[in-house]
Amino acid sequence: MKTYKQVFSELKGQNRTALIPFFVIGDPDFDTSVRIVKTAIDAGADILELGIPFSDPIADGPTIQKADIRAMKSGMNLGKALEFIRKVKDYKDIPIGLLMYYNLVYQYGIEKFFNDFHKAGVNSVLVADLSIDDADEIVGPAASAGLDTVFMVTPVTKPERMKLIASKTTGFIYTVSLLGVTGSRENLSGTIEGLVGKLKELTNVPVCVGFGISKPEHAATVAQAGADGVIIGSKIVGLIEDNLNDREKMLAKISTFLGEVKSAI
Amino acid sequence: MKYKGRFGDYGGFYVPEVLIPVLEELEEAFYRFYKDQQYVAELSQLSREYAGRPSPLYYAKRFSEHVGFKVYLKREDLLHGGAHKVNNTLGQGLLAKYMGKTKLIAETGAGQHGLATAMIGALFGMETKIFMGVIDIERQSVNVHKMKLCGAEVIGVEGGTGTLKDAINDALRYWTAHVTDTFYLFGSACGPHPYPTIVKHFQTCIGKEARQQCLEQLGRLPDMVVACVGGGSNAIGIFSGFIDDKDVRLIGVEAGGRSLSSGRHAATLVAGRVGILHGAKVYLLQDEEGQIHDTESVSAGLDYPAVGPEHCLLKDTGRAEYVAAEDDEALDAFGLLTKSEGILPALESSHALAYLVSQKGKLDSEQIAVVNLSGRGDKDVSIVEKRRPLGN
Ligand SMILES: Cc1ncc(COP(=O)(O)O)c(C=O)c1O
Repeated sequence: MKTYKQVFSELKGQNRTALIPFFVIGDPDFDTSVRIVKTAIDAGADILELGIPFSDPIADGPTIQKADIRAMKSGMNLGKALEFIRKVKDYKDIPIGLLMYYNLVYQYGIEKFFNDFHKAGVNSVLVADLSIDDADEIVGPAASAGLDTVFMVTPVTKPERMKLIASKTTGFIYTVSLLGVTGSRENLSGTIEGLVGKLKELTNVPVCVGFGISKPEHAATVAQAGADGVIIGSKIVGLIEDNLNDREKMLAKISTFLGEVKSAI
Repeated sequence: MKYKGRFGDYGGFYVPEVLIPVLEELEEAFYRFYKDQQYVAELSQLSREYAGRPSPLYYAKRFSEHVGFKVYLKREDLLHGGAHKVNNTLGQGLLAKYMGKTKLIAETGAGQHGLATAMIGALFGMETKIFMGVIDIERQSVNVHKMKLCGAEVIGVEGGTGTLKDAINDALRYWTAHVTDTFYLFGSACGPHPYPTIVKHFQTCIGKEARQQCLEQLGRLPDMVVACVGGGSNAIGIFSGFIDDKDVRLIGVEAGGRSLSSGRHAATLVAGRVGILHGAKVYLLQDEEGQIHDTESVSAGLDYPAVGPEHCLLKDTGRAEYVAAEDDEALDAFGLLTKSEGILPALESSHALAYLVSQKGKLDSEQIAVVNLSGRGDKDVSIVEKRRPLGN
């Protein structure tokens, strides 16, 4: 199974930045969602960030909230999410990070969750509502299951805390580019270059940037700032929403957009 | 964070990383000011002269005759704004002022907390935004209008079932983007640390007064203290005064909605399972995988699938008992108090009264129950009219 380490070191050799698209598993339905992810892989995704829908996603803006609702309405659940991940891994061995909310992990049973999802092909689980202060609830079980850890850093995280976060991170640091929830934005936040620079001074752990990256130019700026990866969520989830009645067009749009980003980084 | 904010294993601060610094700042400010002489003096003057504390303890004689034991009402309904919520909004609002914050946001279900926040926004000249589910805006329209009159902006929340849970989701999202200048004035003793501790602190006046009033007016402590439980602030406020009096039973009444068996209710402690929502590990109404259930209650203030962490602990230790009253029982109790005493209780508080009615014939006549009449029912008149038309 391909690891984050392998991907980041390969890309470093090519002087490239990882392209990391985000989708909600099962959005808008299982089969289309599989096709979307395969399209993203073909368009050059290096790592996948996949969300498991939750009823109360407090870190997400309207675009991803609606994707969660579409996925849940079409019957997404954890059993199907496992099947989904296996299908993607059968298509290509690409690292997969989950991004989700704690209650789903907690109800499934933390150890069992990590074991089952690791077996299906997941490399890491980022729990959006679990901060580093309570990381011990998952770090042990994640390590025993063979998973890497991914935690968030934001523009208001203090340097001491960045160090603590880096020390518990084995996968990559998910750097939130702005103050706010997920959602596409017209302009890139002005804080991001400084933030990436700061993190790079403090740690060797790979740094990926997400939230609000909506244009190839945004991605290029982030890459130039020294980030190891660019995470693009709401922008492409929005392409799903905008093209719900024409699946082929939906796939084409996603492919084109990711292709543009790929060549920008 | 300096403290863990745990009640047993419950509580904590399960929030996205971006909210940690602002919760830390709040925790630090609370512990800096809550015993500060000037802060305490200012709050106590406002509590007295603005809010109308202390609230009376009233012997409801005709209601008591109906249920067959002695019922005393802790009259939080008489406070400015019409509910206990002002205790908390004055305390937190003043804290915001001491912290130099100029903008307030809050969630609201019944609109009582929203109104109490809007009042404080006006009082301190702070820009105020209230997040409220669209269903609640419809069913509590009187309060919506009052908030706007106080100068607050009311933001309708469409997500989920358009109720309190969804209002909290959007308030948290908004806060995430405005952490640097905005104070989130949380409305109940739930959510992430330090809110359960802060809100409880500002509501303990209810219990302190009630205990002293019992000793002065009755010459003894009551046999039971009863309060409705939404997030749990009015209940923890009055329970806290009696928690060390082991012979006083503490009873929290949740919203039984249509009925427990229908699944259409909001009786979190009675029927829920432990999980994580809105920053805390608490009992939740949820499905097998952990998706949060839609709730239902005639009372917007109790229509919430989570609950405060301290109540979870009190349930597990058995120090407090939690029961549910259905919509119809609450509506009956509303009618009974109104007819027998000329007091309109909030539909939230009517759940606590409904429990007393259910005990008719089970307690002897000398037993004393103190019930927290957490709010007045003016806001609910149109709902009651719909559910229980008077006819001509
Ligand atoms: C009058 C009244 N009582 C009770 C509640 C429930 O809240 P809590 O459980 O925090 O007291 C509300 C909430 O809106 C209310 O308005």
